[in-house]
Amino acid sequence: MMHGMAYRKAKNHLMNLVMLACTLAVLIPLGLIFFHILKMGVSSLSLDFFTQIPKPTGEAGGGMANGMLGSLIMIGGASLIGLPIGILGAIYLAEFGGSKVSTVIRFGADVLSGTPSIITGMVAYTLLVVPMKGFSGLAGSVALALIMIPIVLRTTEEQLKMVPGSLREASLALGVPFWRTSLKVTLRSAMSGVLTGILLAVARVSGETAPLLFTALGNQFWSRDISQPMAALPLQIFSFAIAPYEDWHKLAWAGALVLVTVMFVLSLTARFFGRSRHSG
Amino acid sequence: MLTDSTGAQHSRQRDLASETALRGTPETENILQTVTKREKEQAKGMKGDLVFRYLTTCFAFSILAILALMLYEMTGESMPSIRAFGWKFVSSSDWDAVQGVFGALPYLYGSVVSSVLALLLATPLSIGAALFITEIAPARWGTIIAPLVELLAAIPSVIYGLWGVLVMAPWLQSTVQPFLIEHFGFIPLFQGAPYGVSMLAAIFILMIMVVPIITSITREVLLAVPLSQKEAAIALGATRWETIKMAILPYGKSGILGAAILGLGRAIGETMAVTMVIGNAPNISLSLLSPAYTMPSVIANEFAETTSKLHGSALMEIGLILMVVTLIVNGLARLLIWSVSKSANGGAA
Repeated sequence: MMHGMAYRKAKNHLMNLVMLACTLAVLIPLGLIFFHILKMGVSSLSLDFFTQIPKPTGEAGGGMANGMLGSLIMIGGASLIGLPIGILGAIYLAEFGGSKVSTVIRFGADVLSGTPSIITGMVAYTLLVVPMKGFSGLAGSVALALIMIPIVLRTTEEQLKMVPGSLREASLALGVPFWRTSLKVTLRSAMSGVLTGILLAVARVSGETAPLLFTALGNQFWSRDISQPMAALPLQIFSFAIAPYEDWHKLAWAGALVLVTVMFVLSLTARFFGRSRHSG
Repeated sequence: MLTDSTGAQHSRQRDLASETALRGTPETENILQTVTKREKEQAKGMKGDLVFRYLTTCFAFSILAILALMLYEMTGESMPSIRAFGWKFVSSSDWDAVQGVFGALPYLYGSVVSSVLALLLATPLSIGAALFITEIAPARWGTIIAPLVELLAAIPSVIYGLWGVLVMAPWLQSTVQPFLIEHFGFIPLFQGAPYGVSMLAAIFILMIMVVPIITSITREVLLAVPLSQKEAAIALGATRWETIKMAILPYGKSGILGAAILGLGRAIGETMAVTMVIGNAPNISLSLLSPAYTMPSVIANEFAETTSKLHGSALMEIGLILMVVTLIVNGLARLLIWSVSKSANGGAA
């Protein structure tokens, strides 16, 4: 600290510049990714993309309609399994759980959400694909549900805890049973925040590819039967991106554009719900 | 809950007393009926409470059951491979599905090198960016950049992989790698031919992917630094950089470390993007320009079409190693981040 003021000021300016450079270095590659997705995606996107299934190798055209349908079905299935577990588990943590038990469960949820998603795929494989003797959309749904549960659990719990206790007490004082109070008063008043969490969880699993590789496997044709291999948009993007055909790369870019758009719409909607709660 | 049930008991005793006193007249019959009806409803509510309690308890504990089941299944499925190869599994690099010999060293090497180097590049960048967002930039910039960075953390890895394999790898092959070979070729790290898909590509793509995560957590940690801490430094006449160096960074040290370790956990488990750009060749080579392989990548590529039971079991063992490593890494990171947020709360109170 024996330096003169001019030196210290110069150093301050230098470090400001270094930090600005870091920020740019962080934002530039991400900006480039967006630029390429937009540029390549828009030029490859057509109506066929939303209505056609992939064409055989070498033929131009085709789309990823079956993949989008498969993704919708599997995300729906994952929500059916994951949302009740996540939300009711969160009610336990917020309303009943003793502090020690809750800490353990919370830690477990954090660990579960930190496990690589490919592991959930392996587990769903041993639990469902092996006994059922075949890849299936159901196994894909279960693998995705394993990813959704901890996210929904943690966000719902945070929201339930923010509901003031006086609201619960008022309902209980009116003679409403505890379970109805939890569902109709506590959960309902936290609903917009809970919805935010659900949307974020859906956004997260809608882009997941690794857990589907050996559960849903993918399908080149229309697939609506959840006991059979099922196509998924991220899986198609993956297999088309690493294929050596220019046409398929174009489809992959179009798929990426659709996926990113869906995820951004979900995130923005989630943010909107989150904000309306604060102002209201 | 407890007060509820004792209250109900009291009222029931009172009701019973009045019941014996008023028995007989038709009006009291009427009253009695409504009273018993309400009692029945209350009993139903209490039964509902009990069911509700059991149900939510079951669902909450199912998280732990899922974790236990995952570990149990993975361990059980890995047993044949563990029994057949023992420690040789992690020290040998023979991976031959036809001969039935499996050694995972190249995958371990690839995972460790790619994620550690990616982290070494990403952490300083992220800290710099987080500091810029929270301390230097005008508040309005911060409110624009911060949500943007968080959105970026949510982009699926398959899209990073798509960009990596179709845009970044060809660029590396045509410009960066020839440049490195020409000017730094005397260092073993940069020897060999420019392939494009390579360890270097994996390091870059991982760096791009973990930067948003580390940045957004570091930002939260920095925001938790008490204002008094900064004000004290400023009051002593410190410049902005000196404030950061003396007051802010020391305070957020362990939280930032936690953020970096969390990024490491993400990088180790990252599957799709790495699989698409690393070249998938089980080499152990000093050169960053040669293709390599990682643990998640080999699972992604081979697990759906295993040739034998032992092959599947060997892949399961890789998965088990991966799961245990990420478990330790993430647990450590959570503890560090928790300790910071706790001490921040303590400081405020």
